[in-house]
Amino acid sequence: MIVFLIKRLANAALVMLVVALMAFMIFRFVGDPIQLMVNEQTSQAERDALRERLGLNESVVMQYLRFVGNAVQGDFGISYRNQQEVMSLIAERFPATIELVLMATIISLVVGVPLGVITAIHRRKWYSEALQFVSIIGVSLPSFVIGILLILVFSVMLNIAPAFGRGDVVSIGWWTTGLLTPSGRAALILPSIALSFYQITLVMRLVRAEMLEVLRSDFIKFARARGVPAWRVHYSHALRNCLMPVVTMTAMNIGSLIAFALITETVFQWPGMGLLFIQAVTFVDIPVMAAYLCIVSFIFVALNTLVDITYALIDPRLRNSKA
Amino acid sequence: MTVNLTSPGLLTRIRQSDLWWSFTHQRSAVLAAILLTVLIVSAFTAPLYAPQNPYDPAQLELWNAEIPPIWLEGGQWPYLLGTDTQGRDILSAILYGSRISILIGIASVVLALVIGIGTGLVAGYYGGIVEDALMRVGDILLSIPTILIAILVSAIVRELLPPSLRDVGAGGVLVLAIVLSGWVQYARTVRAQTAVERRKEYVQAAQLLKVPARRIMFRHILPNTLTPILVAATLNFGMAILTEATLSFLGIGMPPSQPSLGTLIRLGNQFLFSGMWWIVLFPVMQLCLLVVSVNLLGDWLRDALNPKLR
Amino acid sequence: MILRTTLLAGVALACLATTGTAQTLRWGAARDINSLDPYSYGSTFTISFLNHVYEGLVRYDADLKIEPALATEWEVMPNNIWRFKLRQGVKFHDGAEFTADDVVASLARVSHPDSPLKGNLPAYKSATKVDDYTVDIELVGTYPLLLNDLTNIHMFDAGWLKEHNAEVPTDVAKKVEGYPTFNANGTGPFIVESRVPDSKTILVANTGWWDAPKHNLERIEFTPISSEATRVAALLSGEIDFTEKAPVQDLPRLAAAPNVKVMEGNELRTIMFGFNFQDKLHNGEPNLFKDKKMREAVGLAIDLNLIRDKVMRGKSRVTGTVVAPAIPGYDPALDTPPAYDPEKAAAMIKELGAEGYAFEIMCSNDLWVNEEEICNALVSMLTRVGLAPRLNIAPNAVQQVKLTNGEADMFAFGWANEPMLDSYSILLQTFQTKSDNAGVFNWGGWSYPEMDKLIIAASTELDREKRLALQSAALKIVKDESIMLPFHQQPMAWATSDKVESVVQLSDNKGRHWLTRMAE
Repeated sequence: MIVFLIKRLANAALVMLVVALMAFMIFRFVGDPIQLMVNEQTSQAERDALRERLGLNESVVMQYLRFVGNAVQGDFGISYRNQQEVMSLIAERFPATIELVLMATIISLVVGVPLGVITAIHRRKWYSEALQFVSIIGVSLPSFVIGILLILVFSVMLNIAPAFGRGDVVSIGWWTTGLLTPSGRAALILPSIALSFYQITLVMRLVRAEMLEVLRSDFIKFARARGVPAWRVHYSHALRNCLMPVVTMTAMNIGSLIAFALITETVFQWPGMGLLFIQAVTFVDIPVMAAYLCIVSFIFVALNTLVDITYALIDPRLRNSKA
Repeated sequence: MTVNLTSPGLLTRIRQSDLWWSFTHQRSAVLAAILLTVLIVSAFTAPLYAPQNPYDPAQLELWNAEIPPIWLEGGQWPYLLGTDTQGRDILSAILYGSRISILIGIASVVLALVIGIGTGLVAGYYGGIVEDALMRVGDILLSIPTILIAILVSAIVRELLPPSLRDVGAGGVLVLAIVLSGWVQYARTVRAQTAVERRKEYVQAAQLLKVPARRIMFRHILPNTLTPILVAATLNFGMAILTEATLSFLGIGMPPSQPSLGTLIRLGNQFLFSGMWWIVLFPVMQLCLLVVSVNLLGDWLRDALNPKLR
Repeated sequence: MILRTTLLAGVALACLATTGTAQTLRWGAARDINSLDPYSYGSTFTISFLNHVYEGLVRYDADLKIEPALATEWEVMPNNIWRFKLRQGVKFHDGAEFTADDVVASLARVSHPDSPLKGNLPAYKSATKVDDYTVDIELVGTYPLLLNDLTNIHMFDAGWLKEHNAEVPTDVAKKVEGYPTFNANGTGPFIVESRVPDSKTILVANTGWWDAPKHNLERIEFTPISSEATRVAALLSGEIDFTEKAPVQDLPRLAAAPNVKVMEGNELRTIMFGFNFQDKLHNGEPNLFKDKKMREAVGLAIDLNLIRDKVMRGKSRVTGTVVAPAIPGYDPALDTPPAYDPEKAAAMIKELGAEGYAFEIMCSNDLWVNEEEICNALVSMLTRVGLAPRLNIAPNAVQQVKLTNGEADMFAFGWANEPMLDSYSILLQTFQTKSDNAGVFNWGGWSYPEMDKLIIAASTELDREKRLALQSAALKIVKDESIMLPFHQQPMAWATSDKVESVVQLSDNKGRHWLTRMAE
């Protein structure tokens, strides 16, 4: 067991090192950092001194090691654009993205699971087919289109939800939350719905597929033969067996959602990490780009590793497989 | 008594197959296939009949800007779906834009398939260090959300290209960006299958007969692994089109001089509220029709090929 | 009965009288400010926002005339020294007194070799304190426009600068974050309560302001909303009260909405396109724009009226000269745009052997009004006369570096002549040959000695009539040589919600919310 744990963690560490390498390569190869930092009237001597000070004359390996060392301590340098420390910029926006993602995940589960059950149980009914059709549309529409349409209908035409921003937020220590104010909660509605769309269809389809499989299994047949009422068969017996894969998939998709949130944040001007990243890309603000890459990858890797380890704890068969 | 000893021709085999039966009996699949064919054919034959070549700046007349669709007041022939603020005919734009979107989608899926299958076969067949190394690379790529890889590759390669190549190479950059994370899925599936097949007797027999490795991989093992790949590829085609549209919408995809559907939506989005809804609505509809038909086909294929549901 | 109604009315009136104070102006801007430090970027927008927090020695009044602000009077003394008497009893937001030390420290900071605003005080030599409320500013020579320059130079507190290690402008290299980048301490009508970059900046009213407030605001919430569609949606749904850049294409819809008011006008900023004058284009090919005939041909190929009607929706003012009519030095005789003649342009291009000539037009997509559309239209028009232009467009922060390095073959340019409000500004900073203090924005690298002579003569001419005549003569050379092709003065469009009662809009397009009143 311990061996497995160590293997998984070592794996995760290796992945992070490679990601850090990629982030570091961005620094070196895209544009000249000196060029991007000084104004045009700086003399050549000053530029050389700056180059020396930032350690750009050292070997690549040294620079990489220094980058990793700094990154682990959370020091990603200063944003070229705002002249503010990158880590504090990201820390400011982190709560916004996380709240959005959590909300979207909850919505996707609350809506997706029941819908999945319905489409599985009532396979041939018209509303089942209709729901499936709608789910395909949901997967086919790009999320920015969904966002724009939501704004058009609910914000401009019906005026029942705000179209941008986060509303009033309350600071609890380092975290800022919009959940404690009415305007904050109202502002969460449209963006989280837009972000959850794709996830809802995924959950729905997964639940449906799993339910269909479970409903064929023997113990369900026996339960029916014994006269257990249908609803009990479906919910107590069948559904419970489906939830595991759903929870797993959802947990692993949180990292993906964080990444996809950047589209939603762009449409709704939600002040999260994703919007920061997109702005960094358009402004070629490399420290922010590199930091975002490292942080989001870290979350992704951490979540996957956690899920893997949890699975292994539950299912001993998985412990001895190749990591 | 005569016995028919010739094996049936290809067409007959198809018509008699399970697959065809399930296809013709699933209404949505047939509709989707028809729709997709119409979209693809119309997009690729566009130069023959489209009112305008929207990529030629000389053909854009500012005089004709902001004309509404032909059924509304102010509409003008030949601008059936109206024009945008540059005088670009919307119908021509979505046809040419679909062409780009489809091409990028096909190119990225094909390339990802080639790389993925090749890698998977090699990794599964040879095993050992080769397998470890290749799969490790794949793992690392999977550790980064695909949209992030796509954005980073797109943004960085564009920065590195000389300015004259930036517009021309935008399509290639997009394909690269999508492929970079797309091949892993195929590689994993193929590797797993290959690792299983490798131990089977027919492969061992072929090895004993000194059949070259490549032949074994391609002619014997590969056909057995194709089923899940096919389904994944179809669905990924839709994803690739959506990814390209998203990147173009964010501004790092196809430039306005060669707009894809995503670029058109981005450009038209500014005018959503000013009453010129046709500039954004038609590209959106075209994009949705395209991806919906692909997804419907992919869904049908998955259900049809799934042994458990037969 | 009557007594009761009167009493009720009286109480109601009393309530009305006291409920004027809790007023918040929610400002949805097209872009964020770059930092809280007014010296860190030469961006008119940032400086005009920070004018709510910081102030200069003098300022412009509602008629764009100069009036005293932190300085009460001034006199020109011999040896090019200007003596300023400072206003007494002014306090910074942290309570410190405003004295001559502060002026000296601020001027030293803005004229520091590392300061991006160095070029905004071209004639400055040094400043000395005479007594606590008198400062002498020494110039390098006779210079008529010092007051114009000083309207944009904001005053810091010397002690605050020293305490926070900010006496020298921000140095990114030292990895010491500039304290003034996200902290502010000025003398102005508003205090910065909080700032989250790219998200929200909150200002609250400064009750200890030295001037009598004409506004009734308690708070300003400044939020950048770069997406035009989102900004319009926010206005229509009442989520924001003010924007300084209402998208031109949405103006009819906004004007038709019952809860939105639109204020349009033409601002002072003129949009023009400049050319590269170096020997080679950026891609190494020989540069044909050095030939005046080539530039003229390009000018003839552009249908300015069509751009005004279609791209700018009829809201811009087509111009034939590079300054707006309200700018001193403007000569109506020069304001004659070339007549659109594509056949002649095509013929000239053929003659010059420039058919199929490939070059790059550099534009930004977030700077001037509808810049992307203008540039797209330009590409289309130039292709039609036989050239092969390519558009290079990106956010201004990315383009800025390339432009100042002279990498553009043809580029979009805008100049409002602010804060000087005199054509000397564009002549000095753009058209004069590039040197230490001059031609900072001479991105094409042109050089016309006869024009330089006129501009230098104007810089020391104290007689206004004579000076303006010299400047007009310089502008004539600009037009004759087609150094830049002027297009139009930009439209400005502000939009307010029905919560805003009145807002002052001047042709310099700067928000001045210390004059704004909300409905009570």
